[in-house]
Amino acid sequence: MSPQKRVKNVKAQNRISQGSNSFQTTLSAWKVKQGPSNSKNISKHGQNNPVGDYEHADDQAEDALQMAVEYFEKGPVKTSQNKDKTLEKHLKTVENVAWKNGLASEEIDVLLNIALSGKFGNAVNTRILKCMIPATVISQDSVVKAVSWLCVDKCSGSTKVLFYRWLVAMFDFIDRKEQINLLYGFFFASLQDDALCPYVCHLLYLLTKKENVKPFRVRKLLDLQAKMGMQPHLQALLSLYKFFAPALISVSLPVRKKIYFKNSENLWKMALLAVKQRNQGPSPEPLKLMLGPANVRPLKRKWNSLSIIPVLNSSSYTKEYGKKEVSLSDCLNRSGSFPLEQLKSFPQLLQNIHCLELPSQMGSVLNNSLLLHYINCVRDEPVLLRFYYWLSQTLQEECIWYKVNNYEHGKEFTNFLDTIIRAECFLQEGFYSCEAFLYKSLPLWDGLCCRSQFLQLVSWIPFSSFSEVKPLLFDHLAQLFFTSTIYFKCSVLQSLKELLQNWLLWLSMDIHMKPVTNSPLETTLGGSMNSVSKLIHYVGWLSTTAMRLESNSTFLLHFILDFYEKVCDIYINYNLPLVVLFPPGIFYSALLSLDTSILNQLCFIMHRYRKNLTAAKKNELVQKTKSEFNFSSKTYQEFNHYLTSMVGCLWTSKPFGKGIYIDPEILEKTGVTEYKNSLNVIHHPSFLSYAVSFLLQESPEERTVNVSSIQGKKWSWYLDYLFSQGLQGLKLFIRSSVHHSSVPRAEGINYNNQY
Amino acid sequence: MDSYDVPESTPSASSRPEDYFVGATPLQKRLESIRKQTSFIPTPPRRKVPQCSQLQEDVDPQKVAFLLHKQWTLYSLTPLYKFSYSNLKEYSRLLNAFIVAEKQKGLAVEVGEDFNIKVIFSTLLGMKGTQRDPEAFLVQRLILSPRLECSGTILAYCNLCLLGSSDPSTLAFQVAGTTGACHHTRILSKSQLPSENREGKVLWTGWFCCIFGDSLLETVSEDFTCLPLFLANGAESNTAIIGTWFQKTFDCYFSPLTINAFNLSWMAAMWTACKVDHYVATTEFLWSVPCSPQSLDISYAIHPEDAKALWDSIHKTPGEVTQEEVDLFMDCLYSHFHRHFKIHLSATRLVRVSTSVASAHTDGKIKILCHKYLIGVLAYLTELAVFQIE
Repeated sequence: MSPQKRVKNVKAQNRISQGSNSFQTTLSAWKVKQGPSNSKNISKHGQNNPVGDYEHADDQAEDALQMAVEYFEKGPVKTSQNKDKTLEKHLKTVENVAWKNGLASEEIDVLLNIALSGKFGNAVNTRILKCMIPATVISQDSVVKAVSWLCVDKCSGSTKVLFYRWLVAMFDFIDRKEQINLLYGFFFASLQDDALCPYVCHLLYLLTKKENVKPFRVRKLLDLQAKMGMQPHLQALLSLYKFFAPALISVSLPVRKKIYFKNSENLWKMALLAVKQRNQGPSPEPLKLMLGPANVRPLKRKWNSLSIIPVLNSSSYTKEYGKKEVSLSDCLNRSGSFPLEQLKSFPQLLQNIHCLELPSQMGSVLNNSLLLHYINCVRDEPVLLRFYYWLSQTLQEECIWYKVNNYEHGKEFTNFLDTIIRAECFLQEGFYSCEAFLYKSLPLWDGLCCRSQFLQLVSWIPFSSFSEVKPLLFDHLAQLFFTSTIYFKCSVLQSLKELLQNWLLWLSMDIHMKPVTNSPLETTLGGSMNSVSKLIHYVGWLSTTAMRLESNSTFLLHFILDFYEKVCDIYINYNLPLVVLFPPGIFYSALLSLDTSILNQLCFIMHRYRKNLTAAKKNELVQKTKSEFNFSSKTYQEFNHYLTSMVGCLWTSKPFGKGIYIDPEILEKTGVTEYKNSLNVIHHPSFLSYAVSFLLQESPEERTVNVSSIQGKKWSWYLDYLFSQGLQGLKLFIRSSVHHSSVPRAEGINYNNQY
Repeated sequence: MDSYDVPESTPSASSRPEDYFVGATPLQKRLESIRKQTSFIPTPPRRKVPQCSQLQEDVDPQKVAFLLHKQWTLYSLTPLYKFSYSNLKEYSRLLNAFIVAEKQKGLAVEVGEDFNIKVIFSTLLGMKGTQRDPEAFLVQRLILSPRLECSGTILAYCNLCLLGSSDPSTLAFQVAGTTGACHHTRILSKSQLPSENREGKVLWTGWFCCIFGDSLLETVSEDFTCLPLFLANGAESNTAIIGTWFQKTFDCYFSPLTINAFNLSWMAAMWTACKVDHYVATTEFLWSVPCSPQSLDISYAIHPEDAKALWDSIHKTPGEVTQEEVDLFMDCLYSHFHRHFKIHLSATRLVRVSTSVASAHTDGKIKILCHKYLIGVLAYLTELAVFQIE
């Protein structure tokens, strides 16, 4: 098979493989794929399919391209009369194919050779170079060959410029770069050429590795800078050099400058997009370093960089100093260390976690999720300490109410807090610095600015002894809580709920990690449980008082019950031996609420309490040894009391017998004649409307409805109606706590009193 | 923040909770101390009266003289990571190149090249309270006088003399607004240069120290150098550049250290309590009344011997100053003032205190006058700086 023939086959194969949506660039891959391609060819012979025609047309184009490439390879035929015409025809062919499908790497190899060897005129070379668009990749060897043509100086200056522009634009599509990097010295020497300089700078910028940065090159570049003045392309290259060798060179880029290189890509913009699409497989991520402006801001307010969070920079800076005392281990470390700038994926982090170069300023990890992972699992104390110091100082400096007259930077501070909270949510744990910051700044907080951020920080306070944290934090928070609006109260309750959840998560993880025996903070699991229960009681106290202040607002009650929805499930959900019931102030407010959804939520919570207590009881019976965490009978009694009241109010119509006790004289005074029957699942004020609409549904023409008529069979239909209205909590509660016989009269049930 | 690829809910927390139970980590300890600090009064209720010169003998007297009679702006500084006293030469080369690069934005410079600007690091041997305190060090930015411009400079200097004023601070004020040449001259007229750099003029000076910084030293490992107090003299822009370099290189954090009225009254009491052989300045207090349209300043000068007499009548525990004594001292001053002017000074804000030992402004400016009590003054400032970074 002649080379050209092979090329053609590769082309065809490429097209087919695109059709089957698989990624393929090399010949070896093609061989594996031979099977399907053959079958395709066979099917092509059945002339009746339209794809075949298309393929056929393409095949013709292939042949034309083949001829064109051969023509160029042979060189212009001097004698031929219509030489220009032929040339034009072949050029057109190449251009068409290139812009449509791209050229195979072999074709590029041939044509690149021709363009730079100067066989044809300048105009032709330019046209050929402009259409050197790869189908998928360009082989490294063709580039090396092309560069060797530059050395013999056969082509004009403009062709050289175009070649460099092409090289920069196509840099990402070159399959490998080791050989090209070996030519670094040659490229570097081309900087001398004024016309080439900007493009060569760009190329070097893409090509430079740490080992390419040598003192003599630094000096050469500085000479060039002295000669040409401040050129943006030179600045960019110099700052890259500084990045690799801060001990050799220092440069600070102007703040406003954004573009450092002339755009080499705009000649091929559309083509590049097409190639990228064709390559959409696992193309290697090009390593582009950030050209950050210098970080000094000589403003009065602060001189700490443009953004609050420092730019990620690996700490090669610090390492370079001790040159005289380089030990063997240092050498080994340096060669093996993994620069942060290349860290792009989690697997990379795992592979290099032992030899990661840490950032020179620890604060920069806040913007990098991978390094946050690292911070989270590292046991290295200096790392944590650096981060701690940075964060607490920054918070203190930036906090707008901590220092007076700083309010104009509120937005910046809010964003900063948001970043911290995102990081905390990501790691699922709070930072110590934030806790310290809360202690210092909460007494001065007005409860208004950055409210949501601030309260979120509260919810991420690491688990600690409640009685220790209370005077520092919760007492101050309580003052604000009682004096602020209902919305503030609700958001505080919300964040306390999240705090409880976070604490429970930590504790439940901790129990499964190891037996809790030796701990300085909380001596036993009992101790930490005690802390959690204190928190719950505290919130109970807050909510009871808040209910009174806000005159039993339903809105507030929703948030309170949300909190208790977490509380009631501690035993089962987190496997922690703790059941704390709600205070009576909350229970009765919810039970006698006019809002059905509140009652429904209450039913659900009671149902979950029941499940938890039953599970606890069962466990106690199974293992008698672990008596430390047995719940006192008081908890059960309390629950039974609540249960009695609830069943009395919802089911047995005996509201004021066993549960709530109210002096009969007072009840007489209310003027309600039949107070005994006025509270059950029909007459309860929040259910009354359901009962009415249930009856209306039964008999729409009825003028007057008698809700007391819901009895017997109707009672259970009514219940089904209620359940169908989305009162799932009620359903669960009644199913679990009320056993009713086949004769469903209210008297006929005996509520479960097993405790 | 960039996109998180695995927003998992719980597993990542698994590594940490044991921290709260297994042995207290240094961070844990630090948090404990913060809790204590915030729950009680921020400063201990009693302190020692600054003792007579605790300076150790090997301190270069010339360097000490260089530190006195200058206004320093105070900063607190978190511990320096991987700072090494043996690399000071290298640091000065790097910092020098950094400054030059910053000054000529966009133009790269080679490290180690000769510039007309020079940065010098030097240690202040013996400037410490206890043996454990790390060595203090001084950073100076000099401008090397180019020979050709010599005469011009001298001329400027002469001009300056003609402007003549006995008060150096008003002199500085007058000149600061004029040309750069004069700016340099001002520096020349005020600084006594350390012996080794006779050829240069000091543009900017900053020094790092730690006097009795035990509480901080206990909580950090040996990778860190604790020099919580930083004092700078010179243009703010220079402080910014040099501070940025330190922050980037040693991962530390500078923040301005202000002195609140509470601490100023402590300073007033402690410095009045110092025995001074001959008083060089009156004891003076400055209060600020925030009233519209413009604020009102009340200056209150007392003969230092009277102030000392007042203090002696209050003072009970020898060698110590207590919170009650400080309060009483200030109350006496207030009531005396009220008797004469019917103004309640306690309702205003104390802004500046100046005594023969030192003077301090609430903005974090300090000037130390008395050689004997240098360490004593710095010890208190170190305490304030440590409090700020903890």
